[in-house]
Parts: sequence; structure tokens; C-alpha cells
Amino acid sequence: MALYTPDRSQYPAKKADGTLDIDLASGKYLKLWQGPNHPGITGNMSVELTVCGDEVVEGKTHVGYLHRGFEKLMERRSFIQCFPIVCRICVPEPDFNEYCYAAAVEDLSGIQSPERANWMRALILEMGRINSYLMYLGGQAGALGLGVIGQWTTYARDLMLDRFEEMTGARIYHMFILPGGVRDGLPDGFDQRMEETLREIESTMKDVHDVMFHNAVFKKRTVGQGVIDPAWLDQYGVTGPNARAAGVAKDVRRDQPYLVYRELEFEPVIGHDSDIYTRSDVRRRDLLMSVDLIRQILAKMPRSGPLIADMPSMLHWKIPRGETYVRGECSRGEYGYYLVTDGSGFPRRVNVRGPSYTHAMALLERMIVNINISDVAALMVSLHTYPPEIER
Amino acid sequence: MEQELKPELQIRKVKGPDGVEFEVEPLRDYYCEALPTVQHGAYIQIVEDFFNWARSHSLWILGFGTGCGAIEMRPLMTPRFDAYRYGIQWRPTPRQANLLVISGYLSVKTLKRAIRAYEQMQSPKYVVGLGSCTINGGMYWDSYNTIKRLDDYMPVDLYIVGCMPRPEALLAGFEDLKKLIRAGKAEGANQYAEKFDWYKSNQKRVIHDWDMPDYSW
Amino acid sequence: MRALHIRLQHLFPLGELTEQRPDLGFVTVPAAYLRPTLLHLRDREGYTHLVLLTAVDWLEEDLFQLTYLLSNRSTGCDIGLRVKFPRQAAHMESIHDLWPTAATYQRELREMFGIDFPGSPRLHEEFILEGWNDIPPYRRDFDTLKYARANYNDRPGRETHDPEQHMKQQLYPDGA
Repeated sequence: MALYTPDRSQYPAKKADGTLDIDLASGKYLKLWQGPNHPGITGNMSVELTVCGDEVVEGKTHVGYLHRGFEKLMERRSFIQCFPIVCRICVPEPDFNEYCYAAAVEDLSGIQSPERANWMRALILEMGRINSYLMYLGGQAGALGLGVIGQWTTYARDLMLDRFEEMTGARIYHMFILPGGVRDGLPDGFDQRMEETLREIESTMKDVHDVMFHNAVFKKRTVGQGVIDPAWLDQYGVTGPNARAAGVAKDVRRDQPYLVYRELEFEPVIGHDSDIYTRSDVRRRDLLMSVDLIRQILAKMPRSGPLIADMPSMLHWKIPRGETYVRGECSRGEYGYYLVTDGSGFPRRVNVRGPSYTHAMALLERMIVNINISDVAALMVSLHTYPPEIER
Repeated sequence: MEQELKPELQIRKVKGPDGVEFEVEPLRDYYCEALPTVQHGAYIQIVEDFFNWARSHSLWILGFGTGCGAIEMRPLMTPRFDAYRYGIQWRPTPRQANLLVISGYLSVKTLKRAIRAYEQMQSPKYVVGLGSCTINGGMYWDSYNTIKRLDDYMPVDLYIVGCMPRPEALLAGFEDLKKLIRAGKAEGANQYAEKFDWYKSNQKRVIHDWDMPDYSW
Repeated sequence: MRALHIRLQHLFPLGELTEQRPDLGFVTVPAAYLRPTLLHLRDREGYTHLVLLTAVDWLEEDLFQLTYLLSNRSTGCDIGLRVKFPRQAAHMESIHDLWPTAATYQRELREMFGIDFPGSPRLHEEFILEGWNDIPPYRRDFDTLKYARANYNDRPGRETHDPEQHMKQQLYPDGA
């Protein structure tokens, strides 16, 4: 693997404390804000670029535009009142918040969610993963000027949203996985409609593969660009497809199987070149793997049985003192909830560990140096960051 | 509450590429320092009606996803919902847009940017508040970092309820906005100019580090 | 997990192990021994992945708790190190040189809890909040509802119900 080693000889010197000695008055450097109101940014965040010519010499990520203080709000809501607000932490893939919160609460209160509910949870999480990847592919192509891919993937995502809608009643915020189990079973005829949707997605993905991954411009601008050194994985806490594209098969579904992933057949998708192209390709193949997993889940899941465990009265539900951490593999990497309880009816502390937290801050600031301004958007999108899970 | 300005906002001498030194005052608006004024309608009602009809058929939305509602804007741009057939399209810069969709809750930090974006848009301009959190805080009614009523800070012509509103609701909302515009009732920009001091005092009450000109064209 | 705890106890004065799950344990570490313990776990025991670093505010005991959660991918085990120290003039040793990504966590803790990490890069820059003028918001003694009431106007007509009272009235009107 050829790693890109930037030539820093003509760029600003480092001061004693490690920061760059950038003299804005010299006229050599220019401050450029990309975001929050900018088409080439992933959601509502911004990158403060210092550029020399058209090369970036320093980038600082600024977040907080979407901060609502969830971790504080949850401290003054009872355990069941937290359930409808957690999904709002991450918009494109909200189900992981519901799952991680439910699993953390179950872990501390000793509730065992029923077998059938676990299958339902795995199904909805894989559906959400497909949605998230479809959005990503559209964004990644859009960042390089391939607008049509976004049209196709949004169409395919809409089909999946329809399945969500008939299953949960909502398009975006499903509020389906509640502590103890899930809200409902599958509607009649769901399997057949799901199969049609999956086929449509597969055919869309074939088109995407032909048009996006064989596109000369896309290849020219992404191959060898934005390389993550495998040695950075532990330093920067890189997880998920970003790590898998670097050749490390880091996948919570395989490393610490949760829900029903022990009973499903799959191998983590890995790539080797660790550039933007490989990361897109890993996500495309991971999407197809999710399609396969949904088929396996629908074939193997039990069709009868309880959907929710016996729960204590929601109004007087108190959980003894304890702390736990639960994680799952979402489309960006490891999603985790750290929950501390103190014996009262309210969580003492909830901490959401979103994968974007490390990817978009420390890792992006390291990778953004010495690339062209026009590639910043492609690089940011290729890390697949969602700002709301950074600042909650 | 005087805070020291960030280094890039302070008045400084800059040497251009041609070697000439000049002074830059980043917070000064070099183009226009005038405050907004009320724009009166045309002299004859029928001309004003014609203008309003034309305005209602070109709603250009600023592509600024301020909150989670922005995720339902993407399906609107694709053939399934296809807002383009109603003359609605998305623009990347406030200079080209005349409709600001506040898509969900606004944290104080975003409010500052949203106000700037709104002021940079050309009149006549409209604001649509999307989702229950713009109306009364919604889910975040007790949050310390989100504003509760959008109409305290900028003039809202229309609210679309829901958490989050479906694409169909957005389309219906935009159709309602068109009716308001045709009836000459969407006078948000003029309202902003009339009650400018009230809006500014509200904005400055929540935005504690105010480091921008009062009105940015 | 237990074997690891015994190995660690030979080296460092650790507290008891709380085994939440077979693959997840929490252990209390004195603040002075945090860095050697982290280094030992990272370099000798294979706990190379810093999952998260966060704080818990135990207001009643006047303590802050920092949790350093480390993960070992080959064994699939996680260990959480708890460090407790007083809330007044709270400060802790920075670990940004062990994991560069810790600097981000420490910036957040500095802003949201007011815990100081001397030496951590860009620690005093604003991270999430902008122009904040109150006590750090994640502290337990910060009342978010009071702050919201004082700073933002509510739209009149909003009704809120205590869920317990409301359900009693709705479901059991005759007081059953």
C-alpha cells in the first residue's frame, strides 16, 4: 500500500507547543470557513480551513450547531420518558440509539428481551444500516459532482422508508425498540414486499456500481486520496468501515456478537487501500451484505412468541445503582451507550459514544492537512460523519 | 459582556500579494451599513397582485439544513416527491434564495448563523418553520441550548407541524405559503424591518457573543 | 476479566472489580495510578482502543468520577477505569499523548463539566457551546429547566402533565 506522505517543507513552521505558526497578516494564508451553510459539508457543522494557495495547511472542526443537551435532558426524564427522545440523537440512522439505550437499561435492570424481539431488532437495525449507506453513497458521489447517484439512492432509500413505515408507522423516527422488547411484530405480507424492495435495491446498487465506481473522474479523484494509516486506528479510535477499509476486520457484530448475530452467516467486509475509493467500496459491499443479512433474518426469525418481556410499572420503575456500556455496529462504526444509574427512577448519567465523535474531530483534523480545497468535501463525506452524534 | 474578539475578527493590517499594505476590519460591512427598510407594494393593486403571483411561483429554498428536518428535504429533491414541479428549488447561497426553511430546532449557535443567512437573502423573503420544535420547543422544551419560539427571532410566515413532518406535509405547507404570498399576507421581511429593534433585542438576549454587524446585507 | 484484575492488583492499588457482564468490568483506580494503569493496559494487556472518556457528577458525595473505557479487540473484553476526585477545582492528568483522540474528550469535559486537564491541546477553545455564561451545563447543580425558562420565551398554551397524575386521572378516574 502506497501511503501518501505530504511534503510539508514550504508550509508553516511548528511552534514549541505543537501548534502551527500561522501569521494571517503575512498575506500568505487565508481563513476559509466550509460550513455550516455550505453544500459540501456533512450536515450542520463546519471546518475552519487555513489555506495556502489552494492547499489546506490547517483544519479545525467546529461542532455544536446541533447541540440540544440530550445527556442533560435524559437526567431529568424517567427511564421510559428517555425512550422517545434518544432516537433524535442521530437522524439518518436513529434505531441504534434506541437499541443501545434499551440494551443498556435491560443490562442494568436484569430484563431479558424475548428471542423474537431480538430478531426484530436485528432486522430493523440492518434496514437502518441500508438507509444510512444509501444516503452516504449519494453524498459521496455528490461531493464529487455525480449528482445522479444521489437521485437513485434516495429513490432506493424511499422504498426502504416505506417498509419502515408499514412496520413502525413512521418514516424517520421509528421509536420501535423500547426497553424490554419491540413494539410490534411484522405486518402481513411484509416478507414479500421486503423481498421486492431488496431486489430493487440490488438492481440500483448494480447501476451505482457501474456508474460511480467505474467512473473515470470518481476514480481519479478518490484513489490514493485521504489515506488512513492502519497505525492510526487505535490512536484515533477509528471503527467501522473506516477501519475495515484499512484492512482491519473491526466489526462489533463479529467481535462481540450482540442480538442474533451469532446465528447469522457473514464475514466482515474489508478493503486494503484505505483511501476514499476503498471506503466507498467497503460501504457498498457492506450494504449488499446487509441485504443478505435481512434475507437470512427473515428466513430464520420465529414468527410467534412474546415481543416484549414482563416489565415493571413504568411509572415507578427504579433501577439499582450500577453502570454499564453497550455497543453495536452501526453504519459508521461502534455506537455505544454508557449508562450510570443511582437507584432512582432517572438515569444518573448517559453518555453517547458516536463513531463520528472521533472520526470528525481528531482524525479529520489530521487528514485534512495538505489536501486540495476541492477535495475537502469528498474527504469529509468519506469518513461518514453525522454531526448530531458528536455534540448530541 | 465585552468579550475579546477572535484574532481573525480583529482589525489588522494585511499585505496583499502585490505588496501593498491595507487595513482590514472584518466586522465592518463594506457594502452597506443601512438598516432594512419597509418595501411598499406597487402603486396599483393589480400590479402588486401580478408580482405576488410571480413570486409565489419561484420559491428558491436556501439549502441550509439547520436541524433534523433537513433529512426530509432530500426526498423532495428526487422524482418521487419532486418539489421542482411546483417551482421550488434549492440554492447553495442566501443571495440566490428567497425562502429560508428552518428545519427543526435551532441551537443558539445555529440561530446566529441562521439570522445572518436570513439577513443576506434578498427581499421579498419568507421563513418557514418546520417541526414542532420551532413552534414551542417540542421535545426540547426544557433544553438550555435550543430556542423555544422561532418567531421571537425572525418573522415566520408559516409553520409546518410534525416531528418530523413528512414530505407530503412539506409540499402542502409550501402550497399554503404560495396562497399566503398570492394573497399578499406573507409580509415577513417588512415586519422584520418595522420591528427591527425588537427582533435585535431578542436576538442579543440569547446570543451572548455577538460579534457581527447588526444587519448584514 | 477476574484474572486480569488479579494481575493488575499485584501492580497497582486497585479497588474491587464490578463485573457487569463477563466481558465488561469496572474498577476504581487512585488518580495517581491512572496513567501507569492505562499504559500497562495499553501496552501489555492489549487494551489498545480507548472507547470513551466521560465524567459522572456525584453531587451528593461531592465527587467527580471519570470513566476511561478501554477495549481489547482480540479477547472482546472491556474494562472501565473509574477515577474519583473532589469537585472543587477539579483537574486531572491529560492523556492526550497516549491517545491523540483523548484531547477531544477532554475538551468536551472541560466545557461541559469544568474539569481541567492541564496540557491538553486547544483545551480552552469553545467546543460545543458558544458564549456560555453559566456554570458548566452537565454539572448536576445546573438546572436546565430554570435556565430555559429564564432565557427563552415559552409560547402560551403549552400544557404539561406529570405522567403519574395524568395517567391516574385518565385511566382510573374513580381513584382505583
